[in-house]
Amino acid sequence: MEYGFTTAAYVVAAVLFIQSLGGLSGQESAKRAVWYGIVGMALAVAATLYGPGAGNWLVSVVMIVVGGVIGWYVAQRVQMTEMPQLVAAMHSLVGLAAVFIGYNTHIELAVVQGMDAAAQEAATGFAATLAHKLHDPMAGALISILRVETFLGVFIGAVTFTGSVIAFGKLAGKVDGKAKKLPGGHVLNAGAALISIALLVVYLQSGSTLALLVMTLAALFIGYHLIMGIGGADMPVVVSMLNSYSGWAAAAIGFSLSNDLLIVVGALVGSSGAILSYIMCKAMNRSFISVILGGFGGTTGPAMEVTGEQIAIDADGVAAALNDADSIIIIPGYGMAVAQAQQSVSELTRKLRAKGKNVRFAIHPVAGRLPGHMNVLLAEAKVPYDIVLEMDEINEDFPETDIAIVIGSNDIVNPAAQEDPNSPIAGMPVLECWKAKQVFVSKRGQGTGYSGIENPLFYKENTRMFYGDAKKSIDQLLPMID
Amino acid sequence: MKIGAPREIYAGENRVALTPDSAVQLQKLGHTCVVETGAGLKAGFSDETYAKAGVEVLPSAEAVFAAADVVVKVRGPEPSEVALLRQGQTLISFFWPAQNPDLLEAAKARGATVVAMDMVPRISRAQKMDALSSMANIAGYRAVIEAGNNFGRFFTGQVTAAGKVPPAKVLIVGAGVAGLAAIGTSTSLGAITLAFDVRPEVAEQIESMGAEFVYLDFADQVQDGAATGGYAAPSSPEFRDAQLKKFRELAPDMDIVITTALIPGRPAPKLWTEDMVAMMKPGSVIVDLAAERGGNCDLTVPDQKIVTENGVTIVGYTDFPSRMAAQASTLYATNIRHMLTDLTPKKDGVIFHNMEDDVIRGATVTHEGAITFPPPPPKVAAIAAQKPKEKPKELTPEEKRAKETAAFKAQTRNQVAMLLIGGGLILLAGLYAPASFMSHFIVFVLSVYVGVQVIWNVSHSLHTPLMAVTNAISSIIILGALMQIGSGNWLVVILAALSVFMAGINIFGGFMVTRRMLAMFQKS
Repeated sequence: MEYGFTTAAYVVAAVLFIQSLGGLSGQESAKRAVWYGIVGMALAVAATLYGPGAGNWLVSVVMIVVGGVIGWYVAQRVQMTEMPQLVAAMHSLVGLAAVFIGYNTHIELAVVQGMDAAAQEAATGFAATLAHKLHDPMAGALISILRVETFLGVFIGAVTFTGSVIAFGKLAGKVDGKAKKLPGGHVLNAGAALISIALLVVYLQSGSTLALLVMTLAALFIGYHLIMGIGGADMPVVVSMLNSYSGWAAAAIGFSLSNDLLIVVGALVGSSGAILSYIMCKAMNRSFISVILGGFGGTTGPAMEVTGEQIAIDADGVAAALNDADSIIIIPGYGMAVAQAQQSVSELTRKLRAKGKNVRFAIHPVAGRLPGHMNVLLAEAKVPYDIVLEMDEINEDFPETDIAIVIGSNDIVNPAAQEDPNSPIAGMPVLECWKAKQVFVSKRGQGTGYSGIENPLFYKENTRMFYGDAKKSIDQLLPMID
Repeated sequence: MKIGAPREIYAGENRVALTPDSAVQLQKLGHTCVVETGAGLKAGFSDETYAKAGVEVLPSAEAVFAAADVVVKVRGPEPSEVALLRQGQTLISFFWPAQNPDLLEAAKARGATVVAMDMVPRISRAQKMDALSSMANIAGYRAVIEAGNNFGRFFTGQVTAAGKVPPAKVLIVGAGVAGLAAIGTSTSLGAITLAFDVRPEVAEQIESMGAEFVYLDFADQVQDGAATGGYAAPSSPEFRDAQLKKFRELAPDMDIVITTALIPGRPAPKLWTEDMVAMMKPGSVIVDLAAERGGNCDLTVPDQKIVTENGVTIVGYTDFPSRMAAQASTLYATNIRHMLTDLTPKKDGVIFHNMEDDVIRGATVTHEGAITFPPPPPKVAAIAAQKPKEKPKELTPEEKRAKETAAFKAQTRNQVAMLLIGGGLILLAGLYAPASFMSHFIVFVLSVYVGVQVIWNVSHSLHTPLMAVTNAISSIIILGALMQIGSGNWLVVILAALSVFMAGINIFGGFMVTRRMLAMFQKS
């Protein structure tokens, strides 16, 4: 009876979770969808506490409350520009929790196996579930499967944990964002993976704690080394990949605990992260493998020579041009987030729109360090979302646009992707801002972007370089727009 | 260094090579400036405005030549001015070295360095000192104004109470800088403007200025301007015939014809013949910007305005920029200033004549007692050569259908193969795995499937909230910890408690931050 009730609650929760993800198809329905997720989660937790296997209510509730307060506090305080770090940090928690729960299963299994029949019969909670399995006619197969599931859960959880910690460090600027590898490179990763597979066989045969421990260390190393080898601008892919991993870890744990809701939600999150990774890779015209292996691939020939010079312009010139323009497209990038310029950009947008100018934003799928990063920053600064457009929606409009303003983006507006077949980013879809009548590029200095590729846009005849910190530059413009 | 601008002594020249504004900029480079008294008067710059800008006003040309290390001028030097040049002095002006070999020899003999503004190579970097373009721009504008001055009607068409006025029809031959400037002026005055050029690639530029490009019925009218640094080259006799035929068709309709066709180093091509002039309506105007090189029109008399027997006015002035001396001086002085900026790389008032620099090398015609004209070809091509356009192959309907069927078949094959492999693997697992595992497995596979379907619909702009919310719900792993926390083993309890704690952070943090983000999305 109790068991049936819990399962029923899980079904409702699963539906609510699916609704919650599906609701994210539009900005308005998304606001409702979050509530579905919250209710689903509350229902699931309540049902589990009420259902079989739970105990130690006091500890559970205290832990949830303490964790919840911390989570609440962090969520209130976090700056929108710090979203990528926060998301990575949260992934690491899920990964670590998966590791712990996997270990618990391992310990509990050993305990239950050590009991005599009467004790097994009398066992309660999770131990009872395990004991039930031992009495099954197919006990041998069940235990093997359980071990594989536990092993996988711990493995994926450990990779997610260290990977997310490194990703967090890189995004927060605590770890150098450049791609770094230990000598041996991916051979080390492959070696660690092979060791893990060998240990799986050992663990399957013997259930040895040592095998599990060594595998955990290997997995922790893989997570660390894999993400260290991936550069800052590939972080959108990395974060969504880790998101996916945290889902798969939950699913694996769900299998080992025979909990369908865990499986359902793990699979949802896992496939969601996988799709996001796929979208990000597609936007960079690179395969998932090449992103994971880090760095840009070799080129097929010498890059096209860039001729001309970068012509600078001051705030007066930009302001005069903006005052004359009718249609303006702003292309924000990671540089805007770094300079915290979104408020100034929003203010500029408001002023220009008040004068009846058509101001829109063009967002490249991989702009920033997190999928959709720019949208969130602009939303925070109160830029209405209906003037923030995707690349495909706006790319055709550049030729009819008077002014394109590039704020802190580089590779995503690089014409070499289309013009130079030898460029490392050849074929990557880019925002064709150079087709606008006039392009202003707000940039700190003359350096190249993350990929180290020279950007011919800066040398085009209709491009003017507006050097300086993005926030200061935009602030300079504000009083001159009238 | 001291920069000096003497008064132009060529008859009718009103421009000046140094303006008070450019002098201020030059002083920022560390130079000092001197000017001959009255040099800027005809361009509207009095000696007082120069003095206010910190320029020393000297009484005579001799004094300027004696004081200055660098002499800047508009017109090339007269023999009397060459005589004033001295060893090591630099002269920057128009020079036309190819047409004036004697002058070149004389300058070399004086030991002066001459930078010819007309020899600045046509590359992007040198555009800011391209005085030919800035003067041509003025000439093009002025040509339309001059035509309007001699034309008895409106440019724009009007319907008024006093009757209907047809718009003027303007033909502009040659769409170089001057031609494009003329097109712009003419269209903004409201005339119907047609334009012709032998380089078909400028059709786009012409149309962007609002004029109509006159196409010829000529099979291979391919002349790539890139080969000649963006200038036109002589055309074949057949092409010329086709061109003249087209002009004859147009001549009776045109009210104003402005010709700007020049080929570097050659006399101007004759494009508007006597019979075309005869065909034109009385009162029509021809402005020949090529008059200095003999004119594009047969009847042009350089420096004069004539009226033909059938009442067509032909303007053959050669001094259009000088007729707008204030504007022309401002632009020319800026060109000169940019040249001096490049000559003063360290901005410390010291001229460094870097003969390795393409632009400086190209413009320098005498240097250190030697003639350095003609320059070697620049290292950088002026304009990228036109790539032959590949035409996408037109597919016949049958081919299209065949392609679609093939694509559909390939898709079907892929899907069937995937389903077979996936199904096979699951069946294989089912053979060995116990039923209880398979029941969970079904849930897993279906969930992945649902997840994929649902996530594809998530809007791009909500990807960050998506990550935050999936993060929150992946903390469902808390259920596992809650199921284990009741264990009798203290280690299990501790680990489970920690997991509950971490998942708790995630649940609350994830949902809260998602709500915060979504609340920010606002419609305008």
